[in-house]
Amino acid sequence: MSASIFPLVVEDISFEHGGQRIIDRVSLAVDGRVRTVILGANGAGKSVLMRLIHGLLAPTGGRITWCGRAERPREQAMVFQRPVMLHTTALKNVAYGLKLAGLPRRRRIERAQAALERVGLAYLAGRPARVLSGGEQQRLALARAWALEPQVLFLDEPTASLDPGSTREVEKVIGEIVASGCKIVMTTHNLGQARRLADDVVFLHEGRIVEFTPADVFFRMPRSPEAAAFMNAELPWR
Amino acid sequence: MDTIPASFGTAIALIGALDAKLLQIVLLSLQVSLSAVLFASVIGLPLGAAIAVGRFPGRQALTVVLNGLMGLPSVVVGLLVYLLLSRAGPLGEFGLLFTPGAMVVAQTVLTAPLIAALSRQIVEDAWRELREQLRSLGASTPRAAATLLWDARISLFTAILAGFGRAAAEVGAVMIVGGNIDGVTRVMTTTIALETSKGDLPLALALGFILVGLILAVNAVAYTTRQWAARHYG
Repeated sequence: MSASIFPLVVEDISFEHGGQRIIDRVSLAVDGRVRTVILGANGAGKSVLMRLIHGLLAPTGGRITWCGRAERPREQAMVFQRPVMLHTTALKNVAYGLKLAGLPRRRRIERAQAALERVGLAYLAGRPARVLSGGEQQRLALARAWALEPQVLFLDEPTASLDPGSTREVEKVIGEIVASGCKIVMTTHNLGQARRLADDVVFLHEGRIVEFTPADVFFRMPRSPEAAAFMNAELPWR
Repeated sequence: MDTIPASFGTAIALIGALDAKLLQIVLLSLQVSLSAVLFASVIGLPLGAAIAVGRFPGRQALTVVLNGLMGLPSVVVGLLVYLLLSRAGPLGEFGLLFTPGAMVVAQTVLTAPLIAALSRQIVEDAWRELREQLRSLGASTPRAAATLLWDARISLFTAILAGFGRAAAEVGAVMIVGGNIDGVTRVMTTTIALETSKGDLPLALALGFILVGLILAVNAVAYTTRQWAARHYG
């Protein structure tokens, strides 16, 4: 395994688009051990913050460093809300990521096969990826990410378009990825899922971090009125 | 001169008998148009993909121009290529004018913008869908473009067939640069034009049937390919 890319330090980053400030001077530091969940209402900037950290968007201000260095490390992967697959088999979709990572052909087929086995899709390896169900495609996306052996996996609302059964399966795979030693950073607005999967909670409101606390503290007693209001809106029966 | 029903009969007899003259014209047409579409694809596919994924000044203007060129009148292309290839023109020394080579050049010029514009649209749509995923996996822009060209292969194949349809059906460009010389540069469309004006309806009609049949066949291939791909790749 290569040297750790952590800590990840985000200093004062902002992101503006179309004259609107979507992320407003956000700072945070995380290490590689814990599972971080970014919570917030729709439009709070969760997905944008994650894309900034992953390197899909460039911040308009501030800086991001991984283990003190500014360049984007390769040892990271992301799974999106809607999985997007190439028009080829499940196996080749996983192998494609490994091809970009520069693995020789034999090794990438072996590793793709192993990744499919770990997410329980080995029996679908030869099937066209795009005809799989939504839940299967999301597990395939997890396999594609996992095969890269990342040190951090970003998950953007990974179960938002799935039914409860598929959600359970996806969460199970996420748990196994964590157990394999990979850090996860996940956005969700599903509080139940956040409780199940979070060690730390980053609560975003209107592009700013209003809370960054251990999950048990956050769920017991949110310190900010915004987080309290969010939890009441999500769980009105409390 | 035959009456019209008799012309139909003779036309069908010509096709049925695999008339040598007819066959030669059909083969030359296929040769010219297929070669042109091959060259136009080699130019048009990468060009379309580059415009789809590239970010450079003038990109939008280029897209508009390319879309406009899809409707380029074939006689104008014929005229331009004629000027280029004529003895006094910049490419005159190659002596291509009034040869099948000149016709290939003209049809390449005619169909390359069509193929480029269609593939620009196809690749751009695929890019919109796959962009974040490919970037996340670490694909550079040229690498992403190559992946998209392969991933959208079925739609692009249809675009190439559209280019072939346009090349095979046009008459203006090949007429001007080929000169419609009997046995040398005479293709289906130019023969139809000439024989009709001469009053030799059976040959014109026979070629017309073949041409329409060819265009229908191309569309049938495009349709079945799409159906097959939808079943196999989703």
